Amino acid sequence: MDPLTRRRFLLASTAAGGAAAVAAGGIGLAELLSTARDDRSTPDDRTDRLVVVTLYGGNDGLNTVVPYADPAYHSARPELAYEPERVLRLDDALGLNPVLGGLKRLWDRKQVGIVLGVGYPRPDRSHFRSMDIWQTASPAQPVATGWVGRWLDGTDASAEAAVSFEPVLPPLLVGERRSGACVAIGGLRLPPGVDSGMVAALGEVQDGESELQVRAAQAYRDLLDVDSLVRQADHREATTDPADRPVATATGGAVSLAAQLALVARCVEAGVPTRVFSVSLGGFDTHAQERVGQETLLGRLDEALSSFVDRLGRTAAGRRVTVVVYSEFGRRVRANASDGTDHGTAGPVFVLGPRVAGGFHGEQPSLTDLDAGDLKATTDFRDVFGALLASVLHAEPSRYLGGHLPKPLSLLRADG
Amino acid sequence: MRDDVAMLLRRATFGPTASEVAAARRAGYAATVARLTSPAGPDRGAATAPVPDLGRDPFDDLPDPTVEQRAAAEATRRQHTDTIIRWWLDRLTVADHQATEKLLFFWHGHWATSIRKVGSPQFMLAQHQKMRAAPDVRAMARALVCDPALVYWLDGQLNTKDAPNENLARELMELFLLGIGNYTERDVKEAGRALTGWRTDLGVPATAIFFPEDHDARPKTILGATAAFDAFTLVGHLVNRPACARFIAARLWFRYGSSTEPIARSTEQRMVAAFPVGARMLRALLADDEFRSGRHRLVKQPVEWLVGALRQLGLRPAQLSGETLHQLTTGLGGLGQVPFAPQSVGGWPAGAAWLSSAAAQIRLGLADLLAGLAYAERGDDVDRMNPERLAEVLAVDTWTNRTYLALKRAGSARQLLTLGLVSPEYLVN
Repeated sequence: MDPLTRRRFLLASTAAGGAAAVAAGGIGLAELLSTARDDRSTPDDRTDRLVVVTLYGGNDGLNTVVPYADPAYHSARPELAYEPERVLRLDDALGLNPVLGGLKRLWDRKQVGIVLGVGYPRPDRSHFRSMDIWQTASPAQPVATGWVGRWLDGTDASAEAAVSFEPVLPPLLVGERRSGACVAIGGLRLPPGVDSGMVAALGEVQDGESELQVRAAQAYRDLLDVDSLVRQADHREATTDPADRPVATATGGAVSLAAQLALVARCVEAGVPTRVFSVSLGGFDTHAQERVGQETLLGRLDEALSSFVDRLGRTAAGRRVTVVVYSEFGRRVRANASDGTDHGTAGPVFVLGPRVAGGFHGEQPSLTDLDAGDLKATTDFRDVFGALLASVLHAEPSRYLGGHLPKPLSLLRADG
Repeated sequence: MRDDVAMLLRRATFGPTASEVAAARRAGYAATVARLTSPAGPDRGAATAPVPDLGRDPFDDLPDPTVEQRAAAEATRRQHTDTIIRWWLDRLTVADHQATEKLLFFWHGHWATSIRKVGSPQFMLAQHQKMRAAPDVRAMARALVCDPALVYWLDGQLNTKDAPNENLARELMELFLLGIGNYTERDVKEAGRALTGWRTDLGVPATAIFFPEDHDARPKTILGATAAFDAFTLVGHLVNRPACARFIAARLWFRYGSSTEPIARSTEQRMVAAFPVGARMLRALLADDEFRSGRHRLVKQPVEWLVGALRQLGLRPAQLSGETLHQLTTGLGGLGQVPFAPQSVGGWPAGAAWLSSAAAQIRLGLADLLAGLAYAERGDDVDRMNPERLAEVLAVDTWTNRTYLALKRAGSARQLLTLGLVSPEYLVN
């Protein structure tokens, strides 16, 4: 099947059957890159693009953006709090976790915006429900579509307009009639005795095969293509760290964030028509001995994000990219008995990139005026997504946020 | 010639064994449809997989748990969740009344309720039992509209006359009984009022509990009729709408016939005539010429793929180690389909969604695991495997040249099995 037919087929299968059918993923990276050559109507380097980074598991915001000068922080977390002299100071009240040196460097260059105290009304502490809320932007009731998915619907976008590098398409990219594409990455793991030649053989398309069989075969070719591209893109990440290898998981974040972002950078530089990329890092569901675990994860996040933003600055297309980083909820202010924290509410959201208005946005929640031990959110998360819909996707926010009228947040520079 | 009897079995069951295909060929197409959709006698295979008794939900009577109590109760719930998933996979594998089990799995994806929000395995199992017991769509709708798992899943317990919540009402119309375009926003609002007054109690998985003082007993106008609708009269009203029979027919076609081509008018008419009995609608579909023509292809859902392979390889979930079962369910999670945990209220995706390269990677690993288990179980049989015998075991009509060449490259019988299980011919019916 030629690319155009394949794309039509993908769209046809996406549109069929309503909500239950929309999660059609399965576009190959090679195919995605080839769309860059198909579509010459938009000048690549003037297209604004959004990268959504999901941190699965509920990142502890208070130990990410640390209120180091607040005595309440230290008394609530005697073992877990960072000493004021260790944090990377952003102002006289807040500082970054000591492992976030790369982000501090970007902050000093005014390429990091931090929205403080982001949450939603009536917090839900279930990972799945809360993540659903962030991805569907519907805090009151479950809906079947994500806010990016609704934007795909509203703009009649094609499948490659929104791409995920997660193994399973996230609800974020699922719309009523359209949905984003799911591109697999990660080092290839073959069962003993099965070599890539056999997988390639399974990927050969036969004359007269049904379209679905063609797609099934194509998946094996994509797997090999993607593997070699990933190896070129980031050899070390894709091959040496067993913890980064893709494992089957329902909670996302299974593939190295650095590898995912390296692919995003390749795609942006190649001029693919993708407007929204969805990537993730999992494992933040730490409840005990949290400091070590969180530092490891934040360290990975820091390295991946800072090298990505550095790379964006080097090309005209890259300079039009904005990154947003969020997690489903923060943690409780007070540490639990096992040097961890339990599921809480509000947390900081990071916005990064060459166009970003660096600095703090919104207000840090009080550590003493709490809601049953939890931070009171000061900014509705839909205001953050609303600002990105408006200034990156150039869309009317309320149309895709279930009618929510976002309070304006100037996350991007006026001259950006 | 394409083997329509084998196709019938592949679609209507969780993957036929070679002897089942041979027996169905002898009986013929029409007799096989009849046997599948109204099986005679009790299901002896399923009887060997009795429904587990979970006891009480550990959070019942724990209104204000300490951190330790909460952790212990959550651990028990996780264990119970594993138990019911293992039980269901086992039952799907050993049941003789395969079409009945597959239809029940269809209903689970239709009234998609996930333990991820519901939390209580007892609630999920009670819901499952209700679907199993319901003789037709009307009875099912009546049982589920006050089912604690569904009520809680769609926030029905928050729906009172003073604080209406339309979530359950909307999904009843949009996803469960009518389909988009067959109701208005005003109907949703009014139906929401009809559904007020129900709350759930972890100690009572059998039913949600009705609180008359929270119910809005005033008249409502829904789809042109005005009455003091309550939950039961509402679902009765919706099931009586002509759109309901057509909607259910289309959903069955989507799941058994084609997820890419719409249902043909003539097929729809035959199925609508069999409404509201699900098994009769399925019989009408399987007997229909459009279905039998073999013009349409379907991608196996992950659970079908896994259970079919288990059946064909003679493996049984109840006999697998906890670790192996964990690997299998983790793999199902990676492929995007775990029983009792549909991805959203819209159910599971279909078609090409299952054919991503991410899924290809995970399937290779799972296939290797299954092939290893089969080899450990009966090495000698597996060693005698060649591509022709493999096609028979996996109920594949024929290998394409491509797959035949790939199979020829396999260095061992175990690799042969692995490649067969991930082949496009096996994945796409």
